[in-house]
Amino acid sequence: MGNPSTPQFLYHNDPVVPLRLLEPDGTLAEGSVSPMDDEQVLRALRLMMLSRAFDAKGISLQRQGRFGTFSPVQGQEASVVGSAFALDPSRDWIVPQYRELPALLHHGLPLENFILYFNGHPAGGHIPEGVRLLPIQISLAAQLPHAVGLAWGLRLQEIDGVVLTYFGDGASSEGDFHEACNLAGVVKAPVVFFLQNNGWAISTPRSRQSAARTFAERAPGYGFDGIVVDGNDLLAVYAVTLAAVERACAGMGPTLIESQTYRLGAHNTADDPTRYVSQEALNAWSDRDPILRVQRYLSAHGCWSDRTASEFRDDISRTIDEALATARAVPPPTAEDLFEHTYAELTQRQARQLREHAL
Amino acid sequence: MTPRIGCNELATMGQMNMLEAIRDALGTEMAADDRVILLGQDVGKFGGIFRATDGLFAKFGDKRVFDMPLAEGAIVGSALGLALSGLRPVAEIQFLGFAQQAFHQIVPQVARMRYRSRGRFAASLVIRAPFGGGVKTPELHCDAIECQFAQAQGLKVIAPSNPYDAKGMLLSAIRDPDPVLFCEPLHGYRFIKGEVPLSAYTIDTGKANVVREGSDVTLIAWSAAVDLALRAADALSTEGIRAHVLDIRSLLPLDVDGVVTATEKTGRCVIIHEASLTAGFGAEVAATISRDAFYSLQAPIERVTAPDAPYPLAAAEQMFIPGVERVVAAARRTLEVQ
Repeated sequence: MGNPSTPQFLYHNDPVVPLRLLEPDGTLAEGSVSPMDDEQVLRALRLMMLSRAFDAKGISLQRQGRFGTFSPVQGQEASVVGSAFALDPSRDWIVPQYRELPALLHHGLPLENFILYFNGHPAGGHIPEGVRLLPIQISLAAQLPHAVGLAWGLRLQEIDGVVLTYFGDGASSEGDFHEACNLAGVVKAPVVFFLQNNGWAISTPRSRQSAARTFAERAPGYGFDGIVVDGNDLLAVYAVTLAAVERACAGMGPTLIESQTYRLGAHNTADDPTRYVSQEALNAWSDRDPILRVQRYLSAHGCWSDRTASEFRDDISRTIDEALATARAVPPPTAEDLFEHTYAELTQRQARQLREHAL
Repeated sequence: MTPRIGCNELATMGQMNMLEAIRDALGTEMAADDRVILLGQDVGKFGGIFRATDGLFAKFGDKRVFDMPLAEGAIVGSALGLALSGLRPVAEIQFLGFAQQAFHQIVPQVARMRYRSRGRFAASLVIRAPFGGGVKTPELHCDAIECQFAQAQGLKVIAPSNPYDAKGMLLSAIRDPDPVLFCEPLHGYRFIKGEVPLSAYTIDTGKANVVREGSDVTLIAWSAAVDLALRAADALSTEGIRAHVLDIRSLLPLDVDGVVTATEKTGRCVIIHEASLTAGFGAEVAATISRDAFYSLQAPIERVTAPDAPYPLAAAEQMFIPGVERVVAAARRTLEVQ
């Protein structure tokens, strides 16, 4: 304890070392044990590769005018998949932003729904019954209070379940982030705030979002714990998220995880990152590619070979083509789709407007 | 025991003001449905700054009534999450003017949840907020901004004008599968009184209500402005003018048929509201009439509203908010057109 008559400014300047279990060369960090068995890692890898392949396919189709504007995951696959694998889809909820495709798939969203959504078809917004997933959120950070309310509501009704919500370094500048964290701390909501710090909010660098040393250290200001993890390390992200989920289940309330990763692609298909991202930065982060890291790890275990890689690629390509075909087979939207689900029932005026549309 | 006439009615009806009717509705539904919870600033032990939730914390406890951090966005945003978890939240915003702090949650989030999820998720929640001037509040407490929410398709915006409607409409709102912004007349909280059944009942909130029959001129209003319209109707009756008074009850959705029928009754219309004229909800009502009841009109539609200026400080507010004289004058103008 300092002298109470002397001002004690709270100030921290120690470097923060993100938790890392898997080194970029695919070896386990000294003294660490993998929290996932090889079979789990293989399933995670398949999802990471599916995500990367879908990014490439989506960008190519978008350039041909056959797909809408969407945000690739490229570079963040370990961050998204590692966190999603720590959840139990039959118990836990995901409240997404919009750059978490593989997490949504793992949690039960059919790929064709995602395709329909980014193709602008209203049917793409539908989440199948029983899938514990809120719709994709376009308004940054607006989903965070929803996640807190949902988590708090589960706790009030003594329903088992944790809510994990995704957002980014940019979204953390929104007022909703502050309001949601503050409330979550007060009501001890079983929620995991999963902040993907990918370095960029479109073209705005992380340094323009906050002067704080890390985003994770904001958590103590709300009365709960934060942690920084190497977001390109599948095993570390999984371990940290699992710990946060277990803490939430045990009634210990929220956790803020800052997953330090890097957006290797564009913000979305309308963006041109060559105007603001240096080639040096891209090269540095490409060396830490999360997919290569897992492949090297599995390779050393004898679970990854050129043959497995080729089998995975074929299987993934088939999965994507099938989903694209399913989405293409959905009939185009109708005038009814314009009005339906605005309310439980059409209003007097909507019914008239729909009749006029039919004329 | 000799049964006495009226005994049943006395036992089942009570004289209540607006606040008592609202509190009665909250208590009634909380007792009937344990999914119903209350959240807001100071709604717990304190019972709300206007006492709308008085006694409910004591009765239902800290698992049903929640004092919230001072953040309207989090109150509404978390209410949406609570609704998705299976509860029926009723959130209080202390003054509708401060609902602007939650506008980004109410309009793009709460109102659109059903639509965005193609019916998978419903934001079954109620946001209660008093609005309107005349009680010398500080700045921003009195703004009549209900119209700003009337473009939020997916949301219902309703505004009761009397205690009977307040209880029935609030019960309907809590049971409504869609989100409801329930606008309460701050000015009339205590002085607008009436008979209210003690039992539970609902009101079709989307149906306009004729509160006074007349044949010469139609006065259209909602919330506290209905009381003003009735006082104007009394004044007009001394001149032999019989005013027909329509309480639209709901801005969104609007009961177009109700508005048209009430207009056709007299062919002369005065629309009254507390918000400023330009782009006020009166414009929507007037446009509806001029399209759907055009051939019954005998005179231009009049609007009695606040002037196009921000709500002033208290010493100037009586000049700002519409009064009986202006309504009476507007009604006379419609009758001067032959």
